[in-house]
Amino acid sequence: MHGVLAMITQRIALGIATLFVISLLVFLAVDMLPGDPAEAILGQSATPASVAALRQELGLNKPLVVRYADWTAGLLRGDFGRSLANDRPIAELIAPRLGATLSLAALAATIALPLGVLLGILSSVHRDRALDRVASTASLLAISFPEFFTAYMLVACFSVGLGWLPAISLSSQGGIVETLTMLALPALTLSLAVIGYVLRMTRAAIMGVMASPYVEMARLKGVGPWGVVVRHALPNALSPIINVVIINLAYLVVGVVVIEVVFVYPGLGQLLVDSVAKRDIPVVQACCMLFAGTYIGLNLLADILALLANPRLRRPRQREARA
Amino acid sequence: MTGIAALRTAPLSARIGLAVVALYLFCLLFAPLVAPYGETEIVGGPWAGGFWDPAAEGPATLLGTDHLGRDVLSRLIYGARNSITLALLTTALSFVTGTTLGLVAAVRGGVVDQVLGRLVDLVMAFPTLIFALLVLAVAGSTLPVLIGVIALLDATRVFRIARAAAMDVAAQDFVEVARLRGEGTGWIMRREILPNIVVPLAAEFGLRFCFVFLFIATLSFIGLGIQPPTADWGSMVRENAAAISFGILMPLFPAGAIALLTIGINLVIDWAAAGNHGVSDER
Amino acid sequence: MNAETASLAVAASHPLAEPDSAPLLVMRGLVIETSGPGRPQRIVDGIDLELHAGEVLGLIGESGAGKSTIGLAALGYVRPGCRFAGGSVLFDGQDLLTLPPERCRALRGTRIAYVAQSATASFNPAHRLIDQVVETATRQAGMGRRQAEQDARELFARLALPDPDHIGERFPHELSGGQLQRVMIAMAMICRPDLIVFDEPTTALDVTTQVEILASIRNVVEAFGTAAIYITHDLAVVTQLAHRITVLRHGRIVEEAPTRAMLAAPRESYTRSLWAVRRIRKAPEPDHAAPLLELDGISASYGSVPVLRDVSLTVRTGGTVALVGESGSGKSTLARVVAGLLPPTAGQVLLQGRRLPKALQDRSRDQLRRVQLIHQSPDAALNPRQSIREAIGRPLQLHHGLRGAAREARLRELMALVELKPELLDRLPNALSGGQKQRVCIARALAAGPELLICDEVTSALDQVVQAGILAMLQRLQKELGLSCLFITHDIATVRAIADEVVVMRQGAVVESGARDKVLETPSDDYTRLLLSCVPDVDPDWLTKLLQQRADAREIDDAG
Repeated sequence: MHGVLAMITQRIALGIATLFVISLLVFLAVDMLPGDPAEAILGQSATPASVAALRQELGLNKPLVVRYADWTAGLLRGDFGRSLANDRPIAELIAPRLGATLSLAALAATIALPLGVLLGILSSVHRDRALDRVASTASLLAISFPEFFTAYMLVACFSVGLGWLPAISLSSQGGIVETLTMLALPALTLSLAVIGYVLRMTRAAIMGVMASPYVEMARLKGVGPWGVVVRHALPNALSPIINVVIINLAYLVVGVVVIEVVFVYPGLGQLLVDSVAKRDIPVVQACCMLFAGTYIGLNLLADILALLANPRLRRPRQREARA
Repeated sequence: MTGIAALRTAPLSARIGLAVVALYLFCLLFAPLVAPYGETEIVGGPWAGGFWDPAAEGPATLLGTDHLGRDVLSRLIYGARNSITLALLTTALSFVTGTTLGLVAAVRGGVVDQVLGRLVDLVMAFPTLIFALLVLAVAGSTLPVLIGVIALLDATRVFRIARAAAMDVAAQDFVEVARLRGEGTGWIMRREILPNIVVPLAAEFGLRFCFVFLFIATLSFIGLGIQPPTADWGSMVRENAAAISFGILMPLFPAGAIALLTIGINLVIDWAAAGNHGVSDER
Repeated sequence: MNAETASLAVAASHPLAEPDSAPLLVMRGLVIETSGPGRPQRIVDGIDLELHAGEVLGLIGESGAGKSTIGLAALGYVRPGCRFAGGSVLFDGQDLLTLPPERCRALRGTRIAYVAQSATASFNPAHRLIDQVVETATRQAGMGRRQAEQDARELFARLALPDPDHIGERFPHELSGGQLQRVMIAMAMICRPDLIVFDEPTTALDVTTQVEILASIRNVVEAFGTAAIYITHDLAVVTQLAHRITVLRHGRIVEEAPTRAMLAAPRESYTRSLWAVRRIRKAPEPDHAAPLLELDGISASYGSVPVLRDVSLTVRTGGTVALVGESGSGKSTLARVVAGLLPPTAGQVLLQGRRLPKALQDRSRDQLRRVQLIHQSPDAALNPRQSIREAIGRPLQLHHGLRGAAREARLRELMALVELKPELLDRLPNALSGGQKQRVCIARALAAGPELLICDEVTSALDQVVQAGILAMLQRLQKELGLSCLFITHDIATVRAIADEVVVMRQGAVVESGARDKVLETPSDDYTRLLLSCVPDVDPDWLTKLLQQRADAREIDDAG
């Protein structure tokens, strides 16, 4: 068991190191601007006074190391600094939006992940039969469409055509029914793409194992199609499936940017896009760190779970049985 | 199997895919000849005309006009030129970079491989879109920055694939034979390995192109990609997004143009890489 | 050809062996084709077989003969990419090819069982062995879990597995290949099937392990009166088990006869060619030539794992040293050390008395030229994108600066030397057969103008007839060109065919070396004796005699 523990510790250490380097990159991004960052940010509207004020605001007069230390210390305390655009504390800006983004991601994940895996397994059992072909084509379409196309198609159907659901999801007030109605279209759009990916990857993972000699052996032992997939192939395809599930979970948190723009949904992605357009660098940095942290954390989790799902690693060969 | 013979046995899906790709290429090459109006020419009122409204005033437009009264069909055709060319350029850049570095890592191994591998891991640990947004926020959204950042992000994927393919070949005995003969790294890369990974890489090019193309469209859609007044499908969706609330389906045309091309390419790749691997299902 | 008329014709010429008892398995006019895109190819082309209860039938043939496909057809199964295109497979009177899939499945594992070539790959890595062994018994034959496990443990003991009461609790990766193979035999036996198909069950194993598996198989098959189809490419192996042997080639039956009759008087020349290599024997060279290659106290390791310990040997000019050992003995590693691919941690490599640098990059081009390595698999050793001309031409250009007409003339000479037509020069490797490819590899090595050839199992991937041809050619080339050869092999018949001297390795060290006949006929080391005793003869009584000898020796040990 020590081997696995050591490997997990190593992965975690690597994750922390990655996060550290990423934070450095995000932080230094400001200094990578050609010339004076403050002038570059202000652009045409720069006056000596405003530049000096911004330099003060960004702390550009202090040494780099001190600034980085201040910034990371702030991050760890939940103090992200102040927005350049409206001078409000960034933490205040982010908190409600993070909640909005997470609830959208959670809803989509609850629908899409189990459904994707289940359909992937069904597709494998019914390999090359009608169900599989339909699933394969539909999932190819779902992942080939740009998200905004799917989104507008759904809007055209459910909002414009049928008038059932709102085309934009602006308000964050109301009861559970209103909230769900508001989240319905963005969650559905996200789910379609995620189901497509998870289905294809689950099927591919199972198919990869289906070609192995031990699956042929199971068939030759008289095991039926469900038994072959569920008892013999699935346990060996768990690692890639867990991986794809969690990667898609990460996508649901990080990849909502476009969906939030389409539905004018007040989430973190929308905030990031607005801030990029306004070049509100401290907010961009804070959002980037949140997204990157989530992404790295979930990828780490995927790694560790995949490790634990592998019987060879869980129970390493200690000694050969003596002949 | 030669190209023509292969075409004859191609399944229907692949033929559809090829037809779609050919249509887009045609628009790309002959945009000024095919387009009824100019790229930025204003031909009527906003969101007017179209085949569904033959009684509308103003000049005849098949797909109507956009929010500024420009012909949607013409802008779609010019958009093919802008969107596809940019994506091709970016993909080519990412491929040359990724493949070269992948080959070097596979053949040299050791420290070179380690350093390159860790760097790529680092970039890939960052969600793609967020990375791009950070760079665009700092450096501003200009064409060179756009091409550079997307090519860099995409090159990491190409690097992994090229390295893995090259590693498989480099482990073969014939590469050992070349080493035993005293051949240098350059020869081994060019003559022994590259010819053996061209085919899988070609299929990968199609997939990477789709990814880059969608990525640029996405950036344009959120207003950080190709800037107006250049006709570009992603921007067209964005500029006309408001129309959908009025029941005008105009944004679906450019969005559909994007979707159709990616599907067409995927269909061709599915056929070309049948048995190898399907769509690169990655996030 | 119409499958039905074919089957009638063949049926008439092969009357039933025992007309009074109904056969257990009957194949009539069986045809199996590829089902992928392109024109279907026949893998099995009109096979007629009969097998009675308790009978063991040997199916022998070389690669591509369709023997595994026929073995799987006995379970009513075809691999993906193939399909049944004609004929019938009657098991106990029911045609498996027309039976509904569920009924066919119900027979598998319970009445017809299968033992695969690679036990390591054929066990599911996610489940404990006992769960896999009893799966069919509990899920299909309705046996109780406790009873099935009890039975499995008894089978484990009968098959001489260590710790039979607990070995089932382990996962597949915790056992050796030989042990897994025995567990798989237990898995096949658990429902006491009427028929077991053994598909090359010992091919992936070393000879010393092979003997034990053969003994186990014979033990259980005889004890339970199970009928069996035993598939192999090794005549000596099948001879030990089969009552009757069927020789296959290109999906058709070449010859079929009771084992002893076939060995005594094979009707077809193809059948005789199956033991072609055993008939070549090199006349030993006098051993007074000067040493060309000397290895002195070589030790080497992969990472921190030592693989060679203090190995010394000498190859004389014009002579051949065979390096023999089982997998893991370090014989191929030694070849890599000599070639410079793995720098040794201690010791030195001398070529004509002068030290060769340890690492490849420190050797001069001339030093590289003088030692040439030929790999086991010609498929992997030839770049699939380079024509034969490019492959052989490159060393001519690199080492000898030959270009244009001079190079072309030398290319043709080399092709003639390895008995290939010059027309093949413009082909890509995939247009050539395995034997032709190996000849191209030899020509490429000769193009450098070497003094020493290192042959790493160069014939073991090839069919017997092809092997014999290449071995004979190598001998001729050696004589004509005065080449010295370090020949690595695990096959004793090959050693007899080409070696002057033999070096036996085990676990990274030399256990015995000397003149070929001395080592092979009067071995002085225990391991060498064991190794040689395990090499099967084409003699139906060989295994019986060997087991008897071992039993006797044990009795003497016990008494003494």
